[in-house]
Amino acid sequence: MRYIDHHAHMVSRTTDDYQQMALSGCVAVTEPAFWAGWDRSTVEGMEDYFRQLTGFEPRRAAQYRVQHYAWVGMNPKESDNRELSKDIIARLPRFLELPTVLGVGEIGLNRVTRNEIATYTEQIELAAAHGHLVLIHTPHLEDKYKGTRISLDVLRRHPELPPGRVLVDHAEEHTIEAILEHGYWAGLTLYPQTKISPQRAVDVIEKYGPDRILVAGACDWGPSDPIAVPRFAMEMRRRRLPESLIHRVIFENPVTFLSQSPKFVLPEGVEDAVPARLG
Amino acid sequence: MKPHPRTSPLSATELVDEYFIENRTKLLDIAAFLDRIDRADPAVASSDFRMRAFAEALAALSGPPGDRINTVQQVFSDPRTEPLDALDRKGALGAYDRNAEVRS
Repeated sequence: MRYIDHHAHMVSRTTDDYQQMALSGCVAVTEPAFWAGWDRSTVEGMEDYFRQLTGFEPRRAAQYRVQHYAWVGMNPKESDNRELSKDIIARLPRFLELPTVLGVGEIGLNRVTRNEIATYTEQIELAAAHGHLVLIHTPHLEDKYKGTRISLDVLRRHPELPPGRVLVDHAEEHTIEAILEHGYWAGLTLYPQTKISPQRAVDVIEKYGPDRILVAGACDWGPSDPIAVPRFAMEMRRRRLPESLIHRVIFENPVTFLSQSPKFVLPEGVEDAVPARLG
Repeated sequence: MKPHPRTSPLSATELVDEYFIENRTKLLDIAAFLDRIDRADPAVASSDFRMRAFAEALAALSGPPGDRINTVQQVFSDPRTEPLDALDRKGALGAYDRNAEVRS
């Protein structure tokens, strides 16, 4: 079994986690820039974090033959700080040019404030202007429904950004229809508590089919699981779903979405797992 | 976009066979959680907005079949469409306080 985890905050994880992921079949991770659990006080602090994402983490992952890619952006949790956000957005283009950066992310809303919407909108405009892929965080818990609706409203006001190049992540049962019906990709992030469980994620696949749906562990500094994707695969097997469907969801789908960036290249020897129809 | 009319390859009985014990365990955990709160202070079940939402969600489980998960998700969700004018806190609480609107 081979898989790609499109949302893994590896800066928060040990090297043992990379090894565990590699042993369970992970061939590539993509790591969106996020909140560290505390607010950065300077733009330079955030730049150092971007350097960690684009320099140190790819080397750490490579020890286990895991390909590492990153997304850069002003994360939702700190995006209400407009002054810091503007400084960081101004410095994003330099990072977006780096060879392992796939696009802008994770951007979006947290408590759904007017400041957060302004920061999010500016980053959507940046991505649209330069043709970047976008990875969108949708809010947690009671804020998810409202935040997802407003996030999609902003996207629809920017038709120059093709929906197929946008991944709306942390989708759950009450938000996935709106995401898919407008042509975006939906991400199911598998969390022990605050997001979607492997069991519920498989329910979503059963109900909606596999088109434009990705799954990820989104492991970070909180309660989370670096091998959540293999657990999802195990849950699919428990339902007697076919191996071809499992492969489609955990490998082919991320390849299809991520390959829209010419920078995304599978590790040597993994190409044979990609069906000819994907090219 | 409407859901596909798909179900698991497993029959309903096979699903019960596969998932009954783990969901029985989850149900017992909820029962014990509610008892624990009652032992500490029974009034919290009605005074805490999170527990009021919890009770509403539990009632939805006994409602008509079909889309209980969506109903429960909506019970806990903020239904408003307007953004907040200013950041009030960083984290989510798990349920929306419907009475807060009335108080403010």
